[in-house]
Amino acid sequence: MDKLYFEDFLPGEIVEYGDTPVTADAIVAFAREFDPQPFHLDAQAARESMAGELIASGWHTAAMLMRMSCDAFLNRSASQGGPGVEELAWSKPVRPGDRLHVRRTTLSARASRSRPAIGLVEFLFEVLNQNTDVVMTQKNSVFFLRRAAEEAAS
Amino acid sequence: MIALFYEDHRIGQSARIGAHEFTREAIIAFARAYDPQPFHLDDAAGAASLFGSLCASGWHTASVCMRTLIDFREAQRVAAAARGKPLPALGLGAGVRDLRWISPVRPGDVITYSVQVESMRETRRPQWGIVGIRATGVDQNGREVLSYTSQALVARRGQ
Repeated sequence: MDKLYFEDFLPGEIVEYGDTPVTADAIVAFAREFDPQPFHLDAQAARESMAGELIASGWHTAAMLMRMSCDAFLNRSASQGGPGVEELAWSKPVRPGDRLHVRRTTLSARASRSRPAIGLVEFLFEVLNQNTDVVMTQKNSVFFLRRAAEEAAS
Repeated sequence: MIALFYEDHRIGQSARIGAHEFTREAIIAFARAYDPQPFHLDDAAGAASLFGSLCASGWHTASVCMRTLIDFREAQRVAAAARGKPLPALGLGAGVRDLRWISPVRPGDVITYSVQVESMRETRRPQWGIVGIRATGVDQNGREVLSYTSQALVARRGQ
């Protein structure tokens, strides 16, 4: 497939991608390294906690979204990373046995005035589980090279 | 020092929660697992990118901030328990706003993380309040690399 540039992201476009199975081992491995709280580490301790069951760290869900986006489109794009995330909301728990996928809506696309080689695309990412419950939403922008600039350089 | 119970928080209260060195190995291992973009994996690709060199995934710097906060809070809980004080139940995070990756984190950088209490509000559930904190990460040259505001449930002392 052709490489994706700034011009290829059209506001209003909605695409779905990804299929990430969530295992207890993966939840615990991420939590041990980055978020060692009882409800992310141990099923028994989780039952006695506010969560009531073992659930994934919200940062883990964000990392799984990133991986699905890399695999689905970022790694065949002219992405130059992003400046940050406007909003990240964890609306439902992510549990062992869940399967996650992504619905991506392109919200806006604007060329940079100061840097003519790049443009900024704003996305809404919704992470859904196998029951199509939205477990996380994330609104953020990504820099992409512009096709014209890349062609002029080559 | 950041409080453990909701009622003991004060707007503006802040703490330096810890520091972490980002090694090349850890940057690449995180990127392989969660963010395999070329500029997080490979020196040449990093040099050719807008970042100008290999740099850590922003999710890596944010996740290490979470780890640093958990370790800091755990040390406070252990100290409180040793003094015979009651410990609150742990609450879940609700979300994050205004997460900024301000400048790239490169191999060998040491990031010092801090938090400051930014907001407090009660919820309909009498046992939980919501505390908003601003978290920041600064590199060894004093340059800010990361900041975000998070909202999390914090247990109330109760009656």
